[in-house]
Amino acid sequence: MSASPLAPGAPRSGTTFLGLPTAPPGVGHLRGDRPFPDAARTALRDGQLRANLGRATTTIRGKRAAVVSEVPHWEQLRQAGKALKAATMARLDEHLEELERQVTARGGTVHWARDAAEANRIVTELVRATGSSEVVKVKSMATQEIGLNEALEAAGIEAVETDLAELIVQLGQDSPSHILVPAIHKNRSEIREIFSRTLPHLQGPGASPGLTDDPRQLAMAARAHLRERFLRARVAVSGANFAVAETGTLSVVESEGNGRMCLTLPQTLITVMGIEKVVPRWADLGVFLQLLPRSSTGERMNPYTSTWAGVTPGDGPQEFHLVLLDNGRTAVLADEVGREALHCIRCSACLNVCPVYERTGGHAYGSVYPGPIGAVLSPQLTGVEDNASLPYASSLCGACYDVCPVAIDIPSILVHLRAEHVEAQEKPTAEAVAFRGLARVMSSPRLWHLAQRAAGLGRLLARGRPTLPAALPPPASAWTRTRDLPTPPGRTFVQQWNEEHRS
Amino acid sequence: MRAREEVLGRIRTALGEQRPPVAVPTVPAPRELPPGELLDLLAERVEDYRATVLRCAPGQIGPTVARGLHAALGGGWDPAGVVVAPGVPAAWRPDGATEDDGRPPVELAAFAATLTGVATAVAETGTLVLDGAPLSGRRALSLLPDVLVCVVEAAQVVPDVPDALGRLDPVAPLTMVSGPSATSDIELQRVEGVHGPRTLVVVLAG
Repeated sequence: MSASPLAPGAPRSGTTFLGLPTAPPGVGHLRGDRPFPDAARTALRDGQLRANLGRATTTIRGKRAAVVSEVPHWEQLRQAGKALKAATMARLDEHLEELERQVTARGGTVHWARDAAEANRIVTELVRATGSSEVVKVKSMATQEIGLNEALEAAGIEAVETDLAELIVQLGQDSPSHILVPAIHKNRSEIREIFSRTLPHLQGPGASPGLTDDPRQLAMAARAHLRERFLRARVAVSGANFAVAETGTLSVVESEGNGRMCLTLPQTLITVMGIEKVVPRWADLGVFLQLLPRSSTGERMNPYTSTWAGVTPGDGPQEFHLVLLDNGRTAVLADEVGREALHCIRCSACLNVCPVYERTGGHAYGSVYPGPIGAVLSPQLTGVEDNASLPYASSLCGACYDVCPVAIDIPSILVHLRAEHVEAQEKPTAEAVAFRGLARVMSSPRLWHLAQRAAGLGRLLARGRPTLPAALPPPASAWTRTRDLPTPPGRTFVQQWNEEHRS
Repeated sequence: MRAREEVLGRIRTALGEQRPPVAVPTVPAPRELPPGELLDLLAERVEDYRATVLRCAPGQIGPTVARGLHAALGGGWDPAGVVVAPGVPAAWRPDGATEDDGRPPVELAAFAATLTGVATAVAETGTLVLDGAPLSGRRALSLLPDVLVCVVEAAQVVPDVPDALGRLDPVAPLTMVSGPSATSDIELQRVEGVHGPRTLVVVLAG
């Protein structure tokens, strides 16, 4: 029997069983202030939020389904994507070393960051060395995760988000609620309000009044606001969707052209990338570039995909830094079941189909990674005990698994993490006690028979209704508050069988 | 180098000694299409992004480019306001167009339109790939002016993304362009035209 690297009950907060550190607290955005159920309750009371999310996720689900159904070999592509990621993880150290060699050979500089604080320090020092006090940013989950903007601000460096949704979030002093569209919780009129209030060119006398909530006009307002920033920027910070080890090629997949502006115009480019984003070969992009846009924005291809390797004389930034970030990823890698969460290519299809996400929105998850993938990734990055409510933020319906372009079995990882959380408890939960009792009863025919008779008494509580009242006393209320418990039937199956077959 | 050694060490600890190889299945080749249908598919897919496609015979590229510029810029357009990638053949260029001379990239923002060729084009996804070579021009060229006109020749068109990657240099600065700049950030509805060129004209020859 092969020993699991992460034995049940192994501590997952701070360090793992193998002594691998998780993402440290106090820096970045992986932990919420409140457990998921508390935060979700607040979100569920916001009717506007639910309407906005419902409209947006319905739109994107339809678009995704249409472009995926065009590809006859979609399932084979998914399985290839899954296998490529698994093969990459199995030799992750070798691929990263090769990536480092290739990037360096092409004029780039590679930095390694053990955690968020170290990555923030590296980027801050690199920006300082250029003498610039502002950077333009391409939307990047990794830099959101480590709280880079706050770190730069503390060092007196202004970070300007250039992705439209990220700009909306930044101007509204809000936080992102979706992997792809961080402002998905805002509708067009709320966005119009934020822009009218904050965009400098719309303020003061002489500003053109009458910005409407037409999405086209709102996009134009963002273009006008950022154009001059792009043209004067000397430093850009980006994430990366993929990095090809054998060639040292980085890739950013985007829509608006803000990514191209950042990757092309400034003198210095700093890319922060989670170590799991490496792929071994150039040809592997052929699989992922088919899977990602269709799953993400529901397009055959996104408007712009940029690739670059190191520095190209006369074209684009002449100084390139790549920061390779761990921040708990190696702790995830140590778990043979949970490591599949590292295969995620951040398309957000699982958020868009999730019945829980659609109702609560992303903020309730407390981490920059919301939705089903966030519920398996965040607790593993921080240690389960620091995000203990997230593995339960799911009905286990499996829709996320069905749409995942790299076939991550999210429901199985959720169950795995729940088990890990239960095992980590010093005192058994009421649920654990109840199930232990049930196991005993079900393994004895005599006790089972008695229990079935006793259950018939539940009919008295139901008073003729099909389900038992929700207000059972604690600890049973913990179960019945969110679930319907059917009224026990008048006769058990065995009784019915005996009666019908006696003659 | 301490962080580097430590992160690599953590990976080795996490993976352990036993590393069974993982088999990667091969993906079936994209559908085969006769050359004529390939161009039809490319045209259809590019138009789907609300870009303009003008088809012409190989000898008619120059006049077709002019027609595209006229439609995008309106009557009385100034050829000097059109900047051209240095490798674009003379026959494609409007008379009086400006060749990109490597001036500071931000100065390219002053031009009304850009004319380039491409490295390859993907029919299935309606994607043009520019590779930084003289025919495609440097990246800022196809980014800053508000109108982008790209000429695609029949022999450059491939069925799907993997075919295109096989033709490209992985270390060149590549830009894959699928329609005009767009965003889906407001209520997940696609709106064309944000920071990149708001108008894309594809001249498809052959």
